[in-house]
Amino acid sequence: MTETDHADSVPPAVAAETAPREADAPGEVLISVTDLTKHYGPIRAVDGISFEVRRGDVLGFLGPNGAGKTTAMKMITGFLEPDAGAVLVAGLDVARDRLAVSRRIGYLPENAPAYGEMSVEAFLGFIAEARDLESPDAAIDSVIDVTHLRRVRGQTIETLSKGFKRRVGLAQALIHDPDVLILDEPTDGLDPNQKKVVQDLILSLSSNRCIVLSTHILDEAERVCNRAVILSEGRILVDSTPDDLVTRAPGHNAVRFRVVDGDADGVVAELSAAAWCAAARVLPNGEVEVEPRAGEDRLNDVLATVGERRIAGVRVREGRLDELFRDVTRGVAA
Amino acid sequence: MSADQSTAPAPVTAGGALALRFVGMRAVLRREFRGYFASPLGYIFIVIFLIASGYLMVSRDFGRFLEMREANLDALFSYMPWIFVVLVPAVAMRLWAEERRSGTVELLLTLPITLEGSYLGKFLAGWAFLAVSVLLTWPAVFQVARLGDPDWGAVFLSYVASLLAAAVLLAIGLLFSALSKNQVVAFILAVAASVGFLLIGVPQTQEFVGKWFGGYVERVVSSLSLVDHFETLTRGLLQLNSLLFFVLFTAGWLICGMLVLSRTKTN
Repeated sequence: MTETDHADSVPPAVAAETAPREADAPGEVLISVTDLTKHYGPIRAVDGISFEVRRGDVLGFLGPNGAGKTTAMKMITGFLEPDAGAVLVAGLDVARDRLAVSRRIGYLPENAPAYGEMSVEAFLGFIAEARDLESPDAAIDSVIDVTHLRRVRGQTIETLSKGFKRRVGLAQALIHDPDVLILDEPTDGLDPNQKKVVQDLILSLSSNRCIVLSTHILDEAERVCNRAVILSEGRILVDSTPDDLVTRAPGHNAVRFRVVDGDADGVVAELSAAAWCAAARVLPNGEVEVEPRAGEDRLNDVLATVGERRIAGVRVREGRLDELFRDVTRGVAA
Repeated sequence: MSADQSTAPAPVTAGGALALRFVGMRAVLRREFRGYFASPLGYIFIVIFLIASGYLMVSRDFGRFLEMREANLDALFSYMPWIFVVLVPAVAMRLWAEERRSGTVELLLTLPITLEGSYLGKFLAGWAFLAVSVLLTWPAVFQVARLGDPDWGAVFLSYVASLLAAAVLLAIGLLFSALSKNQVVAFILAVAASVGFLLIGVPQTQEFVGKWFGGYVERVVSSLSLVDHFETLTRGLLQLNSLLFFVLFTAGWLICGMLVLSRTKTN
């Protein structure tokens, strides 16, 4: 039988912790990546990237397919050896101390692979044994509670829904309470309810560790991450907070309104002449849209230009991360 | 003790360094061994192995156990390497190929487990499973003991030889499992390599080599014959060079397999 899971299965205790966190004082650096480079034959998958992640950070790796996100994560975990550069995790060099590093890292590989023929409990038992935990039974019980797997703990993994499988993957990554969590597309392929469950879980885990997650879903980055890195062709194009990225997105602070009596084209002509105006147009639905330069807040200037004309439905649009993503990954500088 | 002394890393002994190389072996061994019995495949393998070895033992065309009227197990063990050639790759094929196909290799090798530990853990699990299969031929021993007075040294060494032959062929199978994501491809390549390895020992090959390359090369090839070393032990002759042959070749194939896995993993 295949189990299903729903967003409403998240207990209030976890759901209450899902509000986006404010940036605290900078925590200790847990991941330090310097000039990391990896080739697959002639293809440069990762091209000299450098960044740091501190305790309390949830860093989103964004980028199109083949951008180098997964390869970078595999090098951070020590699964792949870089061609050049270095990765330090909690001050330990991954190349020299892979075993010690692996004790500090919890890793959810892409598609959350697990031994399908094993039950959830047996699988976590294997992970606990491999990690040589002092109290494996207590660790399994605890992580099963945290990831809400109690009702499927005796079930074979191959019979679970994708959402539950993903939570089993998270459970194995969390069983040793690591400082560093690396999650490769943790919500890929899940339905919206399952996505929310996993995102809530990630948020609930973020307070006392650092999390690096890759995703294609930009809403997810906005919701879960307090920092976002956009990668393309193995290089970091943007490294900032999601809020900042939103303000840099094309169309941020664009003003839309309807001209009730009068000539919309005339209004557009006047607005276009203003120095602060990047673009003004009449939309197919008859509304006027004005984009200020550099995403500045120009609502008052728009209203002043409109003057005595009657307008309605005035609203200011926020920038969208996906538009910035498209711009940046097309090669347009952010 | 001063603070500096208390924080200084403990000196690593040679034994400790060796143990560090095989971290995680026990966990992998236990998981893989249980894995054989988690599905019907393990039981099917054992049944096929027992039917094949039993048939070849009593068949009038092969072992002729009932016609020989001798209290020994030559009829059982003389065909053992040829049974292994097909069945041992079947035991080995999933060990790495399945990990690589399903992506669990990434999980496994990012746990605090060394590549050597996981590789040897899988090898020992497969070997333990084969040992269980071989030891389930005990009714044949019981029957021989009931009918006459067998040479117990030869019986014991026959079992030792079977386990050693299984180890070499398992190490070959493991290498091909590490080489391919596809279990069927891994199986076919391992059978082909195992057959080739066994054919070195047949008289026709040695005659051919002797004819074309001379007696010295023939002796070298003969010393590499798994069949010859296997038969030496099953006759009850405990020879160091035969034991060394099995140990060194098993170790050699295992090391090659680890190198292959390390390379395929990285690329």
